[in-house]
Amino acid sequence: AMEKSRPLWDNPLQFVFACISYAVGLGNVWRFPYLCQMYGGGGFLIPYFIMLIAEGMPLLYLELAVGQRMRQGSIGAWKIISPYLCGVGVASVVVSFFLSMYYNVINAWAFWYLFHSFQDPLPWATCPLNSNRTGYEEECEKTSSTQYFWYRQTLNISPSLDASGRVQWEQALCLTLAWLVVYLCILRGTESTGKVVYVTASLPYCVLIIYLIRGLTLHGAVNGLIYMFTPKLEQLSNPKTWISAATQIFFSLGLGFGSLIAFASYNEPNNNCERHAIIVSLINSATSIFASIVTFSIYGFKATFNYESCINKVILLLMNTFDLEEGSLTADNLNEMKDYLMATHPQEYAQLAPQLKNCSLEAELDTGGGGGGGGAFIVYSEAIKNMEVPQLYSVLYFVMLLMLGIGSMLGNTAAILTPLTDSRVIAARFPKEVISGAVCFINCVIGLIFTMEAGNYWFDIFNDYAATLSLLLIVLVETIAVCYIYGIRRFEKELHTMVGRKPNWYWKIMWAFASPLLIISLFIFYLTDYILTGTLQYQAWDATQGQLVTKDYPGYALAVIGLLVASSTMCIPLGALGTFIRKRLKSERVSTI
Amino acid sequence: RISDVLLCNATDRVSFWFVVTDSSKNMTTVPGSEVEAAIRMNRNRINSAFLLNDKTLQFLKITSTLSPPVEPSTPVWLIVFGVVLCLIVAGIVFLVVAGIQQRKKKNKESTERENLEEKGEVTVAVENGIPCETLDLKAGHINGVFAADDERFTSL
Repeated sequence: AMEKSRPLWDNPLQFVFACISYAVGLGNVWRFPYLCQMYGGGGFLIPYFIMLIAEGMPLLYLELAVGQRMRQGSIGAWKIISPYLCGVGVASVVVSFFLSMYYNVINAWAFWYLFHSFQDPLPWATCPLNSNRTGYEEECEKTSSTQYFWYRQTLNISPSLDASGRVQWEQALCLTLAWLVVYLCILRGTESTGKVVYVTASLPYCVLIIYLIRGLTLHGAVNGLIYMFTPKLEQLSNPKTWISAATQIFFSLGLGFGSLIAFASYNEPNNNCERHAIIVSLINSATSIFASIVTFSIYGFKATFNYESCINKVILLLMNTFDLEEGSLTADNLNEMKDYLMATHPQEYAQLAPQLKNCSLEAELDTGGGGGGGGAFIVYSEAIKNMEVPQLYSVLYFVMLLMLGIGSMLGNTAAILTPLTDSRVIAARFPKEVISGAVCFINCVIGLIFTMEAGNYWFDIFNDYAATLSLLLIVLVETIAVCYIYGIRRFEKELHTMVGRKPNWYWKIMWAFASPLLIISLFIFYLTDYILTGTLQYQAWDATQGQLVTKDYPGYALAVIGLLVASSTMCIPLGALGTFIRKRLKSERVSTI
Repeated sequence: RISDVLLCNATDRVSFWFVVTDSSKNMTTVPGSEVEAAIRMNRNRINSAFLLNDKTLQFLKITSTLSPPVEPSTPVWLIVFGVVLCLIVAGIVFLVVAGIQQRKKKNKESTERENLEEKGEVTVAVENGIPCETLDLKAGHINGVFAADDERFTSL
């Protein structure tokens, strides 16, 4: 009978684009600038590059080489390395499953904002009116119109995790559409994925270039750039800086999910994955820095705009109270005039004092909007509403977010589907389209949890805990397995046959010593951090105050968190145990015969 | 008929207090509530007389009724959503149907070949388990390793 050959990428460029499309995601555009701002501005680049050299590139090359050599998804590949390691592959699939469950919700939000960008004015530009049309909605008055649009009109968020509320049908529709789009792209396997990644990898760069030109010409952009990039070298002594740099490199490249192994398994056996690993990791980091220039100019514009509005409000208030002439108070003489008024009319000034906010540009630059998912939407939508032709920039930005998100989803689903289609048990009975459809459908149905009123709190749980610890453990086991169980000499020889050249001392030292040590220290740090802080807390939106408040997780939420971490990490020892028992039984059966 | 508007307390701020007197009723001031009601009704005309708007001309104690935003009967986002949804579903249906057709053609071809093999009429050349048709060995393959070295063969 005819043997079905493994589907291949049409050319190596598709493979590189697929990896870039997967690795470059929301984290490059949003999380990296946020970390840069928190941990020392330009100085953050130092730990970032050190971590890139120490763990990013070596671990990426390792995963690509394993995938390309074994020509199987994560489960099959690790089984070949050692039968006791089948649990590692299963753990990767479980983590990828969790990730795909919640990650597509970000695409649903991007669709929601995109569809709402075709209006004038943009719906998040103004507050809606209250019921008797005398003013704006109370909640919107307390916070800003962009935050109101995010928390109330997009999420319709409930005050706490316990108040689950109903499924929001608008969000459910957007989530269904997001999954249909993903299904369309993965329907035919590498045949369709290979063409889609041309678009999802390149379109974000076009949009980023447009935004760079637009961003740098905005009023106040320079303030943002100066503030963010001025190195605050004292942050280098803060261990959190190094931890964040290592974590960011680790998760930005998407190591440990099995996606890179899956992509590489569709390569020609003699593909030069060493060169591709270096290219992909360098492009990923370069994109982060490029995107942060764009984001910082946007930050600067937004902060300057808010600062000037604040100053204007103070000027208006003072002029109304003291009946001063128009134009007598300007931003330049505001401080002197305030002192003058305080001296000449002390009583009235004292009455007014609680309403006079101290406007500070630094304070505006510091409000990032948080490192969570909502920040990317809130900050950019706030900046966009103040630009000229906001609809155009809004559409561009959210289409870019969609491309980034779908590119990452392609990698996630590949990590789940490749082991499924590799296993002959499942692939013989069902065609590829049915398996992909089933995976998308199941994920969509479970994802409806995140469209409920308390959905964003569950989203944060998954975002913070589903992948972090498990991935560190998975990659640690991967590195130790390849270096010490498979043997680094054997791996060297395999690479020599594949790539044509033996890996030099840099790769070997990183694989054998530097990367495992780094991962172990990250792991220990996170564990002690969780243990020391005791209970875990989350940020809940308080509608009456119009801001976020901290609350403790209820018991069942902590149980879910524990289950998330345990279900993936336990696969590794259970897999090893299962193989051990099976071998024992087989050897016993053989010996008794 | 109102003819007199008296100003007082004008300040640097271009703000003032005013009263309206009724000349027909012997110069008594019109009560404040009537003036308020009149201004509320004619706010637009007063604004345009000064070339100002609700944000730049403020009457203390008279809050302006904010105009509600224009809302079309179907929200715009649903329309865009519908368009995108139809495109995506059309794409999926097209790909799935094309895939089913391709698979049916392949099945038909392989059953035809099997039938022919059974009847023994056509011996299908098989190389390494792969039928030759799929390898497209019509003209044969030139192995580049041997063909490149023309100089090694002594010329006649």
